[in-house]
Amino acid sequence: MTIRGALPAHLRNLAKVSSGEVSVTLDAPITIRRVIDALEAQYPKLGGTVRDYTTGERRPFIRFFACEEDWSHESVDTPLPEKVADGREPLLIIGAIAGGM
Amino acid sequence: MSKVRVLVGTRKGAFVLEADGKRKNWEVNGPFFGGWELYHLKGSPADPNRIYASQSSGWFGQQIQRSNDGGKTWEAVNNKFVYDGVPGTHQWYDGTPHPWEFKRVWHLEPSLTDPDTLYAGVEDAALFKSTDGGQSWNELAGLRGHGSGPHWSPGAGGMGLHTIILDPSDPNRIYIAISAAGTFRTDDGGVTWKPVNRGLVSEFLPDKTAEVGHCVHHVAMHPARPGVLFMQKHWDVMRSDDAGENWREVSGNLPTDFGFVIDVHAHEPETLYVVPIKSDGEHYPPDGKLRVYRSRTGGNEWEPLANGLPQADCYVNVLRDAMSVDQLDECGVYFGTTGGQVYCSSDAGDTWEPIVRDLPAVLSVEVQTLP
Repeated sequence: MTIRGALPAHLRNLAKVSSGEVSVTLDAPITIRRVIDALEAQYPKLGGTVRDYTTGERRPFIRFFACEEDWSHESVDTPLPEKVADGREPLLIIGAIAGGM
Repeated sequence: MSKVRVLVGTRKGAFVLEADGKRKNWEVNGPFFGGWELYHLKGSPADPNRIYASQSSGWFGQQIQRSNDGGKTWEAVNNKFVYDGVPGTHQWYDGTPHPWEFKRVWHLEPSLTDPDTLYAGVEDAALFKSTDGGQSWNELAGLRGHGSGPHWSPGAGGMGLHTIILDPSDPNRIYIAISAAGTFRTDDGGVTWKPVNRGLVSEFLPDKTAEVGHCVHHVAMHPARPGVLFMQKHWDVMRSDDAGENWREVSGNLPTDFGFVIDVHAHEPETLYVVPIKSDGEHYPPDGKLRVYRSRTGGNEWEPLANGLPQADCYVNVLRDAMSVDQLDECGVYFGTTGGQVYCSSDAGDTWEPIVRDLPAVLSVEVQTLP
């Protein structure tokens, strides 16, 4: 199955992708962990940008949205909605709106 | 005619400034990596076209960028900084144990002889080394492991390893400094380390002369005299004539001995530069006047250098890695401010001119002198 993913602009630049979305091909089950694993395999420069290398956890200011719901605090092993798994909707990887300098 | 290339790291990207030896007409290139924090960029002394850059972001973590063409194009290399073994804990601001967590690379120090070898000083404080141009990183864990690590604590800006000095006369000798742990030295290429802080006095410590815990802001060395070190501490400007074994204060007549930067003239090992900052609670120059202070006597006797610098209503800071000198016959001195100015003096500090005025806050300035 072709899974669609949307990356923040800074990560698109880092991965050298010009389109707004990227895609990876995966078999079921489609989970956040497996989508990120596949993205990092396809675009190695994304390593450490979405998940901390040491803990494997989502970086604090990264959010995961799917089908208009916030999946950031769901288990990364929970199957994503069917619309993401069949490519009708993307998994959105978002840089949180978070003040800063 | 020789050229100079100034590598500027800012809060929102990197800039490369180039001029001929007159240092009057500047070409400004950048921003590179716009929107990211560039804590530090530095070129290889062995191959000036090889430049490394530390690029980081609160959102997306750490990247290391490498250029092979003098900063025109860049490629991301390995960003995996993993502490050796179980990292353990250091002291948190409130004195409680806190797990060691990698946050960012503060300083990159390329080898003096090999373009593919470089060191990275990171937060939480540790020293990493790459021998393959940044394609892989390994911690020199003897530094954190030497025993005092659990007692180190962060300064206000984090617990960063910010200074790395390679001794040109002894490839096994390296000095590093950490806020707020102090200065350390290895004499065996980074396997074992010892704190070298005797003579430092820090009022904020329960034991003011403790072996570790001092908030060292920056250390500088002249390559012709590698046993002589100069330090800008949180408060106090210090000097050691025995490779850090003993330090003595040389603040002398400075208007305030708080500050961040310190550097040494390229050809005069007893000529020093600092930028006094009013206090640790007020990170700006005294009286709204931006002045570099120069000592031609290795400390203690200082003269203000103000010609060309703003002398009214100036409230910028100059951060620890934001001063550098070039190697031209008439030594050039450069520094950047949190207000986005980069100043150049092409006459050893007598007069100053801005190269640029409106960059994002400047985090680091390094200069390369090119043939």
